[in-house]
Amino acid sequence: MRLQTILLMIPLLPLVGDLTAGLFRHFVGRAGAHTVTILAVGLSFLLSAYVAWEVFFNNLPVLNYSVYTWAISDGIRFEIGFLIDSLSALMMVVVTFVSLMVHIYTIGYMKDDPGYQRFFAYINLFTFAMLMLVMANNFIQLFFGWEAVGVVSYLLIGFWFKKDSAVKANLKAFLVNRVGDFGFLLGIAAVLLYMGSLDYAEVFAATPAVEGQTMTVLFGWEWQVMTVICICLFIGAMGKSAQVPLHVWLPDSMEGPTPISALIHAATMVTAGIFMVARLSPMFETSVTALSFILVIGAVTALFTGLIGIVQTDIKRVVAYSTLSQLGYMTVALGVSAYSVAVFHLMTHAFFKALLFLAAGSVIMALHHKQDMRQMGGVGRYMPITAATAWLGSLALIGFPFFSGFYSKDLIIEAVKLADRPGVAFATFAVYAGVVITALYSFRMLYLTFHGPTRMDEETRSHAHESPWVVTVPLVLLAIPSVLIGYFTVVPLLFGGALEDAIFVREAHDVVAQLAYKFDNGPFAFGLAGFLTPVFWLAMLGVGLATYIYLFNQALAERLKQRLIWPWTVLDRKYGFDELYQTVFTGGGLKLASGLSRGGDRFLIDGLLVNGSARLVGRLSGLLRQMQSGFLYHYAFAMIIGLVALMASFVLLR
Amino acid sequence: MLTLAHFLSLGAILFCISVAGIFLNRKNVLILLMCIELMLLAVNMNFVAFSHFLDHMDGQVFVFFILTVAAAEAAIGLAILVVLFRNRQSIEVGDLADLKG
Repeated sequence: MRLQTILLMIPLLPLVGDLTAGLFRHFVGRAGAHTVTILAVGLSFLLSAYVAWEVFFNNLPVLNYSVYTWAISDGIRFEIGFLIDSLSALMMVVVTFVSLMVHIYTIGYMKDDPGYQRFFAYINLFTFAMLMLVMANNFIQLFFGWEAVGVVSYLLIGFWFKKDSAVKANLKAFLVNRVGDFGFLLGIAAVLLYMGSLDYAEVFAATPAVEGQTMTVLFGWEWQVMTVICICLFIGAMGKSAQVPLHVWLPDSMEGPTPISALIHAATMVTAGIFMVARLSPMFETSVTALSFILVIGAVTALFTGLIGIVQTDIKRVVAYSTLSQLGYMTVALGVSAYSVAVFHLMTHAFFKALLFLAAGSVIMALHHKQDMRQMGGVGRYMPITAATAWLGSLALIGFPFFSGFYSKDLIIEAVKLADRPGVAFATFAVYAGVVITALYSFRMLYLTFHGPTRMDEETRSHAHESPWVVTVPLVLLAIPSVLIGYFTVVPLLFGGALEDAIFVREAHDVVAQLAYKFDNGPFAFGLAGFLTPVFWLAMLGVGLATYIYLFNQALAERLKQRLIWPWTVLDRKYGFDELYQTVFTGGGLKLASGLSRGGDRFLIDGLLVNGSARLVGRLSGLLRQMQSGFLYHYAFAMIIGLVALMASFVLLR
Repeated sequence: MLTLAHFLSLGAILFCISVAGIFLNRKNVLILLMCIELMLLAVNMNFVAFSHFLDHMDGQVFVFFILTVAAAEAAIGLAILVVLFRNRQSIEVGDLADLKG
């Protein structure tokens, strides 16, 4: 088969699966729906793996070609095209693999749901959209994929559309993403304005010419064009990748079913922003201002959202805040020009975070959709596989040496230390503090859920049992890369130049190259050295705190909460972002809308223009009506008066 | 000696009488029709007078036209009046105010 046919099949197979399961859902039935969608994604995964094999091991040259011209308008070509290099090949494998695992898992998780086929159709559609996003070779297709994954995310958060909170959450996710997309669209428009093209290759070629030009933003400010473009594009990434202050939608998105929390809101869609910045690295490299902005936003996200995770009681929300924090880490890596490390962390995070979500989902299933950790405890005795895989995922998350998360997170921290640009000092503090916090909330979750005395009620406990194999197999299959993938891929990906054809870093910014010496003795030596770094001991501090408080002395947790009620309230309220947005934007929007409705619509248009003209006519005719006496002689008199008047004017005015 | 002014005055007087008749009459539609007839005759008087004194026949031709129209009008008017009376058992002007707005 020709390679181009294969590449075309990779995104189209899930689309076909989606249409089959979605449009013919009664015809294919439940078993048919999951068979066809899993076959589609499975094939797509195998083909992606083949493409990745060709790219990484057989040195397939970078493929950049157009499949179809969508439209030509005013000289601007809108193309559907594929850019296949190491970055997109890596993303394709990650997306299709996690998607496949989630598909299989869903068979167990959604077993009794009436929307079974609909769910499979949605996640297949998501896979298609995400693949279009990562395979794009131009901004329009990137934007198409970007919006399409947003739509599917909206549909899936509100999957249980009879639940009020789910409907509110999906609306919130959609609206917050619109804010980000507004910036993204402005960025794309600016690219088109200054570079005159939407094709990646042409834009990158035109970037040096634009660098150094300035433009006037608001109020006569002169800004570097590249800075403006990059910040606008990054605002899009802030929406999709849930960076402060546009992060508020991600915790609420946990209202959706757990499989999609794993697939969309942890492993793939939310990393689209990270992927986009890495993909556009030749542009972001030209603006240190934009990179500093990214760095600070990422550091704030990594630190402050992690803190919220410590006080959450909903098991899924803990993982959600952990996702936010890890996305912050990736953004920090982008901010110090360590794009390849960000992509590396994206990959390892996709595996272990999907694993953690699916493990949480497995627990939720066993406890009949109870998500409150205060009513769990000791679940590990009933669910050994889930507990073991959750442990592996958590160890990877906190960066325990030799686990995949260790390599990616440690390298982010090392890269931040080496970098030199405004904001680095704060970012260094944030990533170090983040390590303690990550360890603390991860182990708090583990202990509260799987260990210690049980707090389940009698009925729940009698039903608690290990999940069926369709759930545990994906857990095990995700646990393997969560543990191993970092060890095996860190050297070739970051220091072997595998991502070199996709990611461009200026020599002066290249902190990753400066880190290469640490791997002179291979990843094993780096792992061993990891036991002696402050990062490891900070993580152990977090683990120790969590162990002491939540395993041995749970009364202390309550006492600490009483003692620290003020900071606890701040964290529990999530720094008041929701309240702020609720009052300022929602409240302000409502006031503005009701003002416009009252003043503009009801007073001006309805009152003055529509009803007003009708009333005017009515009043005038009321006056004129008085003249219609109905008596013949009055009419005759009027005629005569008129006649006389006409004649008089004829005589007098001639 | 009768001059043009005499005839025109007579026409004007006839016209005024008919107008006054239209106004003052509150009783009978028949009288209204007669007043309109009289109005037309006043105009005819003017036409004939001008025709005679200007020595031109056009005015008298017009008079024939007007007489024809007046006859037709009287016929239609009386017919309407008969139907009106059949329907309402009254031809009193004061009763005929259905067009009052």
